[in-house]
Amino acid sequence: MKEKSANITDRLPAAIAILLILLIWHIVTASGAVPAYMLPSPIAVVKAFISDFGNLMHHAVISVQEAIYGLLLGIGIAFLIATIMDRFSLIEKALYPILVISQTIPTIAIAPLLVLWMGFGMAPKITLVVITTFFPIAVGLLDGYKGVDPDCINLLRSMGAGRVQIFRHVKIPAALPYFFSGLKISASYAVVGAVISEWLGGFEGLGVYMTRVKKAYAFDRMFAVIILIIMISLLLMGVVELLKRVFMPWNRKQK
Amino acid sequence: MMPPKNNSKSASESAFREEEYLMAADSSLLRTEHISKSYDGRMIIEDISIRLEKGELVSLLGLSGSGKTTLFQVISGLVRPDSGRVMLSGEDITEKPGKVSYMLQKDLLLPHKKIIDNAALPLVIRGAKKADARRTAAPYFAQFGLAGTEYQYPSQLSGGMRQRAALLRTYLGSEGVALLDEPFSALDMITKGQMHDWYLDIMSRIDLSTIFITHDIDEALMLSDRVYIMTGSPGRIDDEIRISVKRNERKDFSLTEEFLEYKKKILNILKQ
Repeated sequence: MKEKSANITDRLPAAIAILLILLIWHIVTASGAVPAYMLPSPIAVVKAFISDFGNLMHHAVISVQEAIYGLLLGIGIAFLIATIMDRFSLIEKALYPILVISQTIPTIAIAPLLVLWMGFGMAPKITLVVITTFFPIAVGLLDGYKGVDPDCINLLRSMGAGRVQIFRHVKIPAALPYFFSGLKISASYAVVGAVISEWLGGFEGLGVYMTRVKKAYAFDRMFAVIILIIMISLLLMGVVELLKRVFMPWNRKQK
Repeated sequence: MMPPKNNSKSASESAFREEEYLMAADSSLLRTEHISKSYDGRMIIEDISIRLEKGELVSLLGLSGSGKTTLFQVISGLVRPDSGRVMLSGEDITEKPGKVSYMLQKDLLLPHKKIIDNAALPLVIRGAKKADARRTAAPYFAQFGLAGTEYQYPSQLSGGMRQRAALLRTYLGSEGVALLDEPFSALDMITKGQMHDWYLDIMSRIDLSTIFITHDIDEALMLSDRVYIMTGSPGRIDDEIRISVKRNERKDFSLTEEFLEYKKKILNILKQ
């Protein structure tokens, strides 16, 4: 009970701030201070969201698919790379700078190239999501592996444990919290990554739809898409948080 | 070294074989033979020969930096000595981890495992199924004062309880021999005293022979049958003191004249 009420007082200021912004937005547009073709009122956005719902969902499914496939692939690659880097320090030394450099490549610059190489289908979108998401996860995992107390590894060794057992019983569980913080960041990147790559070529998806409504100057629909993207990102982050609770039950039962 | 019992067979063997046989027949449960180890050209321990009889509790008392922990790492098979070997019941276990269990000042309980799974971890490492390992571990919880904590996580336990859980894990992982590296030194004084009483009590009820590292003279005198005194750099065994008071008669041992006599003797050795 106590925790719940603390949660409400923690969240109240944010809720009030969001309501205030919505209110200001409404006043500015309803009073005519900003013309409706530049900034639609929040009510117009909600109306567009409802009337356009079928269309939005159709495109959202595509984008979410790309985001999730990319995220899953990103997790797999991150796990593989982090594990190999942890096992072989030479590979770590060789790959770490490249990993960091890969993160400085501007997404928007590489997306058209990916479309050129892979066509207009899902492949270039998924690839872009992988590129943007695997880094936080890989770095998180690697930090987690490295953070294990060497005495703990010695203890397991003294029990006669081999590398795989040490990995399973100590290193992976120790890396889980880091993995989930990385995954949370990646989940929010994933949808945005998919949308950006859709801007630059494709037939379906929220990014494609965004460019279409933009060309039609349907700003209310444009805003509806943006709000949908925010909602999807939040939902994905929520799912990650849920998974974290499921996979790390010991974290909830602190004394 | 203990005289070999019943070695009539060896009489006909060659001198070399005879020596091997004598060593195997030695009644000591665990022995280190002339162990030396250096790191980066610096000798850490030199010519360490100690023994542990079955059921015995032996302390290694020494100042910090005398190489006690290095010796433990050699005995537990984690570190290869430059020379010498470690014998357990006549078997050479040098560089063979998994034979002798090891416990540190840090409890090193894995935060993600329930207490019962932490305790049973050595059994799982040896290939037991989780359910079987739990079944083996469960009966000991009451004895170790841990009843009711089986399905809790380490973060839910107090410091003393965590050390007891770590000791249970050590016990379950041992084949009769445990090495304890300052296991109680991180506890506060009162908890430490309680742990000593509890420890003597539990040791009288389970089959575990232990070597105990400490830099606390009182602790060494309270808990052990014999005390090896280690000094210097490189660390060497300087002396061996046998404590005549039986372990189960030590309730007020620390308040006796005898206790002070032992303490003086040890202090004198340490000063030299």
